[in-house]
Amino acid sequence: MSFPQPKPEVPQLPQNLLRTIDCQQGAVRAVRFNADGNYLLSCGSDKSLKLWSVSRGTLLKTYSGHGYEVLDADGSYDNSQLCSCSSDKTVILWDVATGQVTRKLRGHAGKVNCVQFNEEATVILSGSIDGTVRCWDTRSRKFDPIQILDEAQDGVSSLKVSEHELLTGSVDGRVRRYDLRMGQLHVDFINSPITCVCFSADGQCTLTSSLDSTVRLLDKSTGEMLGEYTGHKMKGYKLDCCLSSKDTHVLSCSEDGHVYCWDLVEGSLMLKLPVGKAVVQSLSFHPSETRLLTAMEGRVQVWGAEPEETEEDVVVVQQEKA
Amino acid sequence: MASDSDSDGDFVTFGTPLEPLEEDEPLRKPVPLHEQTVKDEKGRYQRFHGAFTGGFSAGYFNTVGTKEGWTPATFVSSRQQKAGRQNARPEDFMDEEDLGDHGIAPRQITTTADFASGRKDVIRDKARAITSLSAPIPGDTVLEDLVAPARSSMGVELLRKMGWKDGQGVGPRVKRRLCKQRADSATRAFGSASPPNGSSESQDEEDGEFLPENLTFAPKDVTPIDFTPKVDLHGLGYRGLNPLAALRGGPGAGHINLFTMDSDRTNSLFGEDRKGQRRRGGVAGQGFGVGAMEDDDEDIYHRDIMSNYDTVLGGEEPGDGLYGWTAPQQYNRTKKDHSKDAAYLGKILEGFTLASDKLETKTVGIFPPPNLPRDFRPVHYFRPVVDLSSVSPMVAQALQTSRGHMAQEAPSKGGRHQLDSAQRRELLGEATLQGADCSLFAPHAEQQQQEALSVWSGPTAQAQTGQTFKPFERTPHKQARYDLYIDQLKQGDRDALELSLDPTMTEWERGRERDEFVRAALLYKPSSSSLSCRFTRGKQDDGVEADTVEVTRDQENDVDDKQAAVKMKMFGKLTRDTFEWHPDNLLCKRFNIPDPYPGSGFVGMPKVKRDKFSVFNFLTVSESPTASASPAPQGVKPSEPGKRSRWDVSGQAGDKERKEKDPVSEFLSVARIEASGSGPEASTTDGPTTDPTVEVLVPHYYIHH
Repeated sequence: MSFPQPKPEVPQLPQNLLRTIDCQQGAVRAVRFNADGNYLLSCGSDKSLKLWSVSRGTLLKTYSGHGYEVLDADGSYDNSQLCSCSSDKTVILWDVATGQVTRKLRGHAGKVNCVQFNEEATVILSGSIDGTVRCWDTRSRKFDPIQILDEAQDGVSSLKVSEHELLTGSVDGRVRRYDLRMGQLHVDFINSPITCVCFSADGQCTLTSSLDSTVRLLDKSTGEMLGEYTGHKMKGYKLDCCLSSKDTHVLSCSEDGHVYCWDLVEGSLMLKLPVGKAVVQSLSFHPSETRLLTAMEGRVQVWGAEPEETEEDVVVVQQEKA
Repeated sequence: MASDSDSDGDFVTFGTPLEPLEEDEPLRKPVPLHEQTVKDEKGRYQRFHGAFTGGFSAGYFNTVGTKEGWTPATFVSSRQQKAGRQNARPEDFMDEEDLGDHGIAPRQITTTADFASGRKDVIRDKARAITSLSAPIPGDTVLEDLVAPARSSMGVELLRKMGWKDGQGVGPRVKRRLCKQRADSATRAFGSASPPNGSSESQDEEDGEFLPENLTFAPKDVTPIDFTPKVDLHGLGYRGLNPLAALRGGPGAGHINLFTMDSDRTNSLFGEDRKGQRRRGGVAGQGFGVGAMEDDDEDIYHRDIMSNYDTVLGGEEPGDGLYGWTAPQQYNRTKKDHSKDAAYLGKILEGFTLASDKLETKTVGIFPPPNLPRDFRPVHYFRPVVDLSSVSPMVAQALQTSRGHMAQEAPSKGGRHQLDSAQRRELLGEATLQGADCSLFAPHAEQQQQEALSVWSGPTAQAQTGQTFKPFERTPHKQARYDLYIDQLKQGDRDALELSLDPTMTEWERGRERDEFVRAALLYKPSSSSLSCRFTRGKQDDGVEADTVEVTRDQENDVDDKQAAVKMKMFGKLTRDTFEWHPDNLLCKRFNIPDPYPGSGFVGMPKVKRDKFSVFNFLTVSESPTASASPAPQGVKPSEPGKRSRWDVSGQAGDKERKEKDPVSEFLSVARIEASGSGPEASTTDGPTTDPTVEVLVPHYYIHH
């Protein structure tokens, strides 16, 4: 006697708008979840970095100290530190609670496109338009990078760090994977400027979006293409792509104001999420739940699988207060 | 705000949030400092000083609140009334604010001792008892206690009126069994803090087994957790010499058996005295010998007997005794309870209890071990670090492939780009080109000049003032001439080249320089100079190595092949290059990863030295095939000063004989390499020669080798 197989859970898509946050920091260049997904970081073109509560939509802290628009940010695993990069060629390490600049790292020759902590927040990796990735030490007081990776022949547009690997996408149309454990550099040629790279959650695949309006899923070890996702428009902007938290779907920003969501295996378009009229600048998927952040112009929108019941109550209360 | 309506309230929001500042909203005028005033309840101004000036003064600057300041209201000269001296109370020097709610001596309704909870008294009593013990005469307060009126709090009085008796618990009456259980749980929960007379009480209860069923009992009194703050600087659980214990023989002075894990050990942990324990009088404790009054001094150094110890590790086996203490888990797990854990911990400190559920250690840095593949064998083969140049190429290649590298080209070959056209031709098995057109280079050079002009006279170049690249830095005169040439180019001068060259030089030298300048101007054109930070400068400037530049050893595969592969969507081997890459040692350390190349002296990609990219590198390449054709040794350098004088004489003379010579074809192929993009175009152009000097001079130089 055997029990019937449990029904496979229907994969849920973040298709309901839960909240719209007007960030009031100019155009939002990037929006990122923190490590546990309770907070979000919005990078503004007015030089400020803001920390918000996702569930409440309230502003928790504003971090100001950059000299030009903030382009990317990341939070450490323990939520104690933030790092952000900016067009002013600097990378800043912030203390979350006090909002003070812990370290301001200069050295890039151009604006810094992307920044990431490593898993234990001991190293900050930043990729810049000058074609280098710099590894900054957060533990020591030295202001020089540990290592400069200058293999890219054009600007580095995107960067991700896993446990022992570093994935960079460059405008020279190549995805580079630095394997620290093996001491190897794998270069995959895509032939179109890369806008965003991601690791899959299982660490077996890499996702690459490029300016030929294509998102590609590549096998990490061999470089073979496992899937190709098209239909969106990505011609001139550096837009983000990502995988859902369970690796079931591939999501990408588009210049036509939608977020496209494909089934990972079949490659079929599952959802075309209308965000607005302008370009969807950035998106970020919740690390564990079905929740999506999108950034368009000055707003950040939170999307979830199910509509939130308490939403109306909150609005009513707020209106009464006002 | 809606703080309660939200489910996951990790924040408590107080008040209304401040309106975020609008961008276009005019800034509110700040309130000037002199208008920022605070008044007290009587309308007097309160002045805030800094912390260093003493807070605020009460209306009158730094006075007590009267115009006169510290003037006693009833000043009486002590000359006449010496006896009538009054005792001043602190309140005499206070004003109404000090006596107010927030002052230093507030006058408000407080709980009197009658209504205060009895708990406070317990602490006080305890403190008093301790002080009495440490007093010069022990038990000093005994008389006080006897004489002092019995005072109990109002709560106790009320409880008594409701029928409560001292020593009972509060709550509904319970049946016997429940009562017993609760008593057990109480002793367990409160561990060593349970009352010392608990065991005797439980004995009493055990005696009354014959009691009828329907009899109910008051619940057992619960000994509250002792919240006495720790004020001394001793370690946790340290107790110095306890006079009480010394006099009474020390309830906790029993020897702790290290190895028994059975129940009497745990009982002793939880404060229950062993029944048959021998009690000794006398002072016991740390730091004391035998008192003068003691006659029983045989046991000072605590002579131990071996029967206190188990001679076998682990003692009696739990369960069936089939296994030792390395038994599989299921044999040990049955008996596992908290009391047994306590046995490992040692004595539980006063005021502490064992946690009922284990604290989950949640640290991010520690990860579960990886899931091993089923066919994994835990054997590691260390790959020897072998210098590839010292071993045979077979071994080297085998090593490289075993490391997972794609075997690139053999190192001896030195890469495709280091071959010259003749070598390549030999490899391909092509026949030597015969009778190619000689006037190919000239229009090309002219074209390049035009290109350089258009590049440098552009608006971007004009805006750029400081030139970062100095290709002829080693010869300052040449660099000066080159700078002049660039300046002329920037002004859009068509004759820039001719103007900038040194007229005193020989024609051959000028021709050479002209060629170099054009090429350098094209190479280091303004757009690329913004990326000058990307180029590394040679660190050592010694004569031999200065002509070389460091480039990465492993070069990428052909881009054209890859583009074709991408078009066919054949990602994989065709589009992937794998290089050796050396991470910095510190980076590995920060990533918690062993250095893959321990002891490697460099970071990044392995570099080799190559000749600098210059015109004459390409020209000298074709030197070797001609030398191999002729029996003469090939050591003749092109720039040898002794030979140079011969070339400036021959202007047009060598023009004809050059055409017959074979090396021309090689030169053509060289020219094709140079014009890397315009290779096919150069072979088809058949235009008239416009610059005869360039056309003639360079080939001449080849003929004579």
